[in-house]
Amino acid sequence: MRRSVFLLPLVVLAALLVFFLRGLDPARDPSAIDSPLIGKALPTFSAPPLLADAPGIDSQDFVGGKLHGQVVAINFFASWCVPCRAEHPVLKQLTGELGMPVIGIAYKDKKDAAAGFLAEMGNPYQQLGTDESGRIGIDFGITGVPETFIIDKQGIVRDRVAGPLNPQLINEEIAPLVKELNK
Amino acid sequence: MITEIGHYALVLALILALTQATLPLIGAQRGLRPWMALAQPTAIGQFAFLGLSFLALIHAYVVSDFSVAAVYENSHSAQPLIYRIAGAWGNHEGSLLLWVLILALFGALVALFGDNLPPRLRARVLSVQAMISVGFLLFMLFTSNPFARLDPAPLEGRELNPLLQDPGLATHPPMLYLGYVGLSMAFSFAIAALIDGKVDAAWARWVRPWTLLAWTALTAGIVLGSHWAYYELGWGGWWYWDPVENASFMPWLIATALLHSAIVVEKRDALKSWTILLAILGFAFSMLGTFLVRSGVITSVHAFAQDPARGLFILALLTVAIGGSFALFAWRAPILKGGGMFAPISREGAMVINNLLLATATATVLLGTLYPLILSVSGGGTVSVGTPYYNATFVPLTLPLVALTAIGPFMGWKRGDLPAAMQRLTFAFVATFIAAVLTWWWKTDGPLLAVLGIAIGVWLLTGTLLEWAGRVKLFRTDPATSWSRAVNLPRAAYGMTLAHAGLAIAIIGMTGASAWKVEHIQVMHVGETVDVGDYAYRLDNVQSLPVENYLAERATFTVLQDGKTVTTLQPERRQYLVQPMPTTESAVHSTWKQDLYAVIGEPDGKGGWTVRLYHEPLVLWIWGGGFVMVFGGLVSLSDRRYRVGAPSRALAAIRAARA
Repeated sequence: MRRSVFLLPLVVLAALLVFFLRGLDPARDPSAIDSPLIGKALPTFSAPPLLADAPGIDSQDFVGGKLHGQVVAINFFASWCVPCRAEHPVLKQLTGELGMPVIGIAYKDKKDAAAGFLAEMGNPYQQLGTDESGRIGIDFGITGVPETFIIDKQGIVRDRVAGPLNPQLINEEIAPLVKELNK
Repeated sequence: MITEIGHYALVLALILALTQATLPLIGAQRGLRPWMALAQPTAIGQFAFLGLSFLALIHAYVVSDFSVAAVYENSHSAQPLIYRIAGAWGNHEGSLLLWVLILALFGALVALFGDNLPPRLRARVLSVQAMISVGFLLFMLFTSNPFARLDPAPLEGRELNPLLQDPGLATHPPMLYLGYVGLSMAFSFAIAALIDGKVDAAWARWVRPWTLLAWTALTAGIVLGSHWAYYELGWGGWWYWDPVENASFMPWLIATALLHSAIVVEKRDALKSWTILLAILGFAFSMLGTFLVRSGVITSVHAFAQDPARGLFILALLTVAIGGSFALFAWRAPILKGGGMFAPISREGAMVINNLLLATATATVLLGTLYPLILSVSGGGTVSVGTPYYNATFVPLTLPLVALTAIGPFMGWKRGDLPAAMQRLTFAFVATFIAAVLTWWWKTDGPLLAVLGIAIGVWLLTGTLLEWAGRVKLFRTDPATSWSRAVNLPRAAYGMTLAHAGLAIAIIGMTGASAWKVEHIQVMHVGETVDVGDYAYRLDNVQSLPVENYLAERATFTVLQDGKTVTTLQPERRQYLVQPMPTTESAVHSTWKQDLYAVIGEPDGKGGWTVRLYHEPLVLWIWGGGFVMVFGGLVSLSDRRYRVGAPSRALAAIRAARA
């Protein structure tokens, strides 16, 4: 018994090393993990507006609403999330180069804090909802922020990127997909 | 030519380190004196060659030799001299060289001034140090050579990351490395003791100054880094629980625990294998930090050179160094004899609680740091663990720790008297209660945790001062006696008082700056006035500045309170010439009560600018408290017990007893 206690640090280290080794795998791509939502219609949700001058977002908007017939990105973010800060400038690439609307949902964030974040970092979102309770996040099955979903013209989820977007990811994965969906 | 000398000196240092890592160790095992003695000249030689190598690197940066790849990547001829020099370690390759140089410096110090160590222990310690050196030198020479050449040489460099062009770069990394490497000293002592199979009071006394040095340097490094991030990033925060910050914070927590448990080993001959484990863990966390920062397995705002190949090498190093040590620990630690039982209510009992809470706090930080990685590789997707997690786990663990810190020093060794301690703390209870009521009355609508934070800070501060007052019998005897007691109190005791008081001050600052911060982000036009807290900010003008190695716009704000001018703030927005990255230079007006903080952002194209204005109450206390802690560490380090041959006297006593 006593001896085995002294082995504990070694065991914990071994377990951690396995994770580190797998973490170093260059093929590791968090976005490769499929969401069960892919290929299915958007979950039903309704996010009240975050800012007074920008509309909130509702799943109705996609089905026969104003977003019907467009390829759209939904981006979950939060002001307390540091990778979101890193990701934020990249979102302009979606609205600019790819010319697609980006919808923002502030996940588990106080309204003031999220609004401050956008005032500071810029607001690339066409519509902006708030999910203070995290309920919409649960419906989307997100594992954290940032997380981005690509929705096709019929309101079907086509792709999910868990973690921050970056220019390489957009060029190699998102752009071809969006082009395909826009055909 | 000088560059080649630098490169060659690295290779020679590696060969010396290999010698130092093997022969003295064998010598110590077989009792061969000349082999053991080899450790000293090799350690000094290793330091000399690494010093030479480092100077060669600095030279390449100063003369802007862009045929050296690292110089091309991280420097520019228009950069001011100080950033050309500091740029030498503002990147992956150069910082590794600095790391190894400090490691060799400590080895050389043991070689030169460690005459009071038993020769066997000294040989083993230096051997273990050299093994670490060998690992890092191989790493440098094979994957991260700072002297790698470019042919043909580019005409101009790519410039140091603008965020790093700050005096902070000259002080923050060297301090952190001093801390990390100081922990490697404690680690080497622990490994030597495990090989030896013996841990005693004398061992603890040798380990303590190194731990203290490491702790002091880490504290200074973290404080400097936090302050740097505070004014440079322009986000107005002082701690983000970012993986890289945690990477420096976890060794600090462990070093704090080690500092306390080593005292128990020294005074009571107990907690031996735990202390050894802490010494190994301290260095393990330093290595882990190195791995996390440089391998790219975790995303962070403080980006460093990230490369999976390098990550693999550090991981191999980590496996060998820490895996090997833990294996040695599992094999040898059970034979270390403990010093028997002790009462839960006693100084050593208090130290155990301190250690348990610190270890648990470290584990929560570790979990928060690694959770995104663990989840992501086990197929769970990507998450970001942010401040809410740490507020829910780390804060509740540390608040009782801080509260108990005030009581611990009142406990006697072996058997403490809790009711008596509480009685002596009566005044602290009263002060805490008054502080809590005042805080609540002043900010009734603020968070309740803030009242608790301020109360606990005041509690620790008054408790610590009361303990000191008790030692010098302040007001209980005539002033002359008190004065002489105060003068004769050991410096280590002052070290503790200062470190605890500094912690209290920092906690008051952290509470104020987190709970009552006011933040305004909006578009402002020249002439407009905005109210932030009790202050009005008026934007007077925005001007372009003459070109240096960046273009800049400077805004001038006049800050008014009740119509009277308090100060003028002039934040800048800079566009560096080479790196296409705008940076902000915030303007901060600090007083003991609060910081007034202004940042100028992008123009909106319609004559307005995005501005960020912060009101940060008590934020200066955080760094003030930090520096009081550092000062406490230095005072304790200057205690004469570490300089006078106390260990050798203890050894003489042991020899005499054996004879």
